[in-house]
Amino acid sequence: MTSRGVGSTEPRKSAGGGLAGAGARPTVHLVKDDLRPPDRPSRRHLISIADLTRDDVERLLGTAHVFEGSLTRNVKKLPTLKGHLVVNLFYESSTRTSSSFELAAKRLSADTMTIKSAGSSVDKGESLKDTALTIGAYDPDVIVIRHPQIGAPQFVARVADAHVVNAGDGKNQHPTQALLDLYTLQQELGRLDGLHVAIVGDVLHSRVARSLVQAFALVGIRCTLVGPPALLPQLGVETTSDIGAIRDADVVYVLRMQRERMEPGANYVPSLREYTARWGITPERLQPGQKVMHPGPMNRGVEIDPRVADSADSLVEAQVRSGLVVRMAVLYDVLTGGPVGVRNLAAAEVA
Amino acid sequence: MLWTKEHEAENVVVRSARVVDPTEGIDAVLDVRIDQGVIAAIAQTVDTNEHRVIDGTGLVLAPAFVDPHVHLRTPGREDEETIASGTAAAAAGGYCAILAMPNTDPIVDSASTLRSLVETAKLEGAIPVGFLAAITRGQGGEELTEMGELADAGAVAFSDDGVPVVSAGLMRRALQYASITGRPLALHCEEPSLSRGGHMHEGAVAAELGLSAYPSVGESVMVERDLALAAYEEQPVHLMHLSAAESVAALRRAQDGGAHASGEVTPHHLVLTDEAVRSLDANVKMNPPLRAERDRVALLDALRDGTIEAIATDHAPHARHEKDVPFEAAPFGVTGLETAFAVLYTELVEPGLLLLATLLERMSAGPARIFGLERPRIATGARANLVLLDLGGTTTVTEDGFRSRSANSWLLGRTLHGRVALTIAAGAVVHE
Repeated sequence: MTSRGVGSTEPRKSAGGGLAGAGARPTVHLVKDDLRPPDRPSRRHLISIADLTRDDVERLLGTAHVFEGSLTRNVKKLPTLKGHLVVNLFYESSTRTSSSFELAAKRLSADTMTIKSAGSSVDKGESLKDTALTIGAYDPDVIVIRHPQIGAPQFVARVADAHVVNAGDGKNQHPTQALLDLYTLQQELGRLDGLHVAIVGDVLHSRVARSLVQAFALVGIRCTLVGPPALLPQLGVETTSDIGAIRDADVVYVLRMQRERMEPGANYVPSLREYTARWGITPERLQPGQKVMHPGPMNRGVEIDPRVADSADSLVEAQVRSGLVVRMAVLYDVLTGGPVGVRNLAAAEVA
Repeated sequence: MLWTKEHEAENVVVRSARVVDPTEGIDAVLDVRIDQGVIAAIAQTVDTNEHRVIDGTGLVLAPAFVDPHVHLRTPGREDEETIASGTAAAAAGGYCAILAMPNTDPIVDSASTLRSLVETAKLEGAIPVGFLAAITRGQGGEELTEMGELADAGAVAFSDDGVPVVSAGLMRRALQYASITGRPLALHCEEPSLSRGGHMHEGAVAAELGLSAYPSVGESVMVERDLALAAYEEQPVHLMHLSAAESVAALRRAQDGGAHASGEVTPHHLVLTDEAVRSLDANVKMNPPLRAERDRVALLDALRDGTIEAIATDHAPHARHEKDVPFEAAPFGVTGLETAFAVLYTELVEPGLLLLATLLERMSAGPARIFGLERPRIATGARANLVLLDLGGTTTVTEDGFRSRSANSWLLGRTLHGRVALTIAAGAVVHE
């Protein structure tokens, strides 16, 4: 690499980047400072797990834990983000991500607005740039975006003057899912460091898996990718097509077979039937005490046997609950800046 | 086969430049006098004959460049480029001749379309421009174009650039029939069942980003197929915009076996790798995609040893709003006419990776030879096709600094060495 011109040799912002140290360093992932209008300050975004440090992750999980405590009260609403506007911009269908972001913002007293591509000007062919500029005119504090195209969150961060949270961009990243999975693991298994998680299924088309692989590396979780050969990209971790490899894992993380991302005739697997027979997670394939996770939505009877999905070892509901508090923590963190201790939060509550 | 608007033939003396013409074996500080657009004298000191005198002290005077692969977007997308703007951009880049690809709207697949381009070039071409015609009607890959008539109308060569000729049987017929024209086939080698849906090179970067990818083998299997067909039919072929180490190896083997096969490489494939795509900048999205470091090194080696004889920009202008979108939504292609020499000089010659003489040869004599064009040369009696280069001079690439109608350059914001100070094409000063 000899070119400096396209940002490729720009050092990846890791230590102190991402959500950390807002005041000291620019936090915009991959958006070159020289491309930004000079009068606009750097914003804190959550675009990719690759932008985070272990400290960032621990701080976010800690904040989420504090919020979890607040949700056990009678009055679940905190005034923390009162007067802030959070816009959810969803270009792809979603149940849990969009609802949990909306509820997270509401629980923190932010104003929320949800824009879905269907029924909006996007249907009329409006470009992402124009939609972002339009929303930007309302002066939102946070734009939460889900988009089928990789890099859409970076693009919005460049166009609109708001904190951007990536709620899933194509097959690239789904950072809040990875964070909520870490939170779930920590709550349910009591630790992160030293755990072994087997991710099973369609890794190739999975933004969840890409974020998880990076997140696991950050916190010291060993990760094995298991699935059909054509669906296992080289992500720098162990990969195998032998389903027997899940035996040693503390947790089996089952990915959805993304039928909508599989072009007809692509032949990644001969049939879903064959997939289920070889890689489907059944009670017989699990060891006693092995936990099972799934980012949803599940294809019961395809990648996961319904008996597994409904078993006591399934952490799927815990994942959904974690989604709310982790997204509260993310909104809080991008908006309020620096490290947040329990005391700060308590003060905010009183205010 | 090349057309340009009428220029007044110049009377010029370039004084005391370092004259470099690798093919003619010249590298010395000399004066060059041009009478009526023709090089009349090359000597330590020449009489000025009251010609205009250009001081070349400290500059390099070389044969002007030939770009065998340019998209002029005309007809159909004149908002992105016209023959006037594209040739002006080429003049600014030091070119004296460029060849335009036929994947316009409509496709250049009939003599009438070709003739209208020729007429336009005679009116507005700042430098000589030639046109390729399609191999198949509408580049549909099903029926051959009327290559005989197209050659008579001035087609320099034939190409379905932008898409491959998928059918091996049709490619064979194209090789057979093109032989009556004496014009080469310029091939875009891509196996669509391997490349389909790909936004970038298949490798570690694509795996991490999750972008659908187009593996190297998607190019090299088609290179191997086309070289095998060309060898079987004993016909010449030119392989465009090579990107993969395996393709280069196949070309080298074919040449060693006596095949009449040539290749070209773009500046971006010589300088960048797929690592650049981490930026998700739509201006590093092109087809074929930027590949791995080993591919880049193989391309550079092949350029050095002559396996690849030509540097082609694959100048592909795109409207600003079409590139100002997320990476996956952006069209393939980047501009290059105005930056090719400077970026290759800065990135390859200055660090000592490529000799200046080799760069000059591959940007001028090499492509001219492949397409049977007049070779720009510094010799008495030759038409003046010259470029004056200020190697120490710097230019900063900015969006509003282009003569091209489009600014989708991967070099925006970069400061480069190797400024083009003056271009003389077909005997006329076309840029200074």
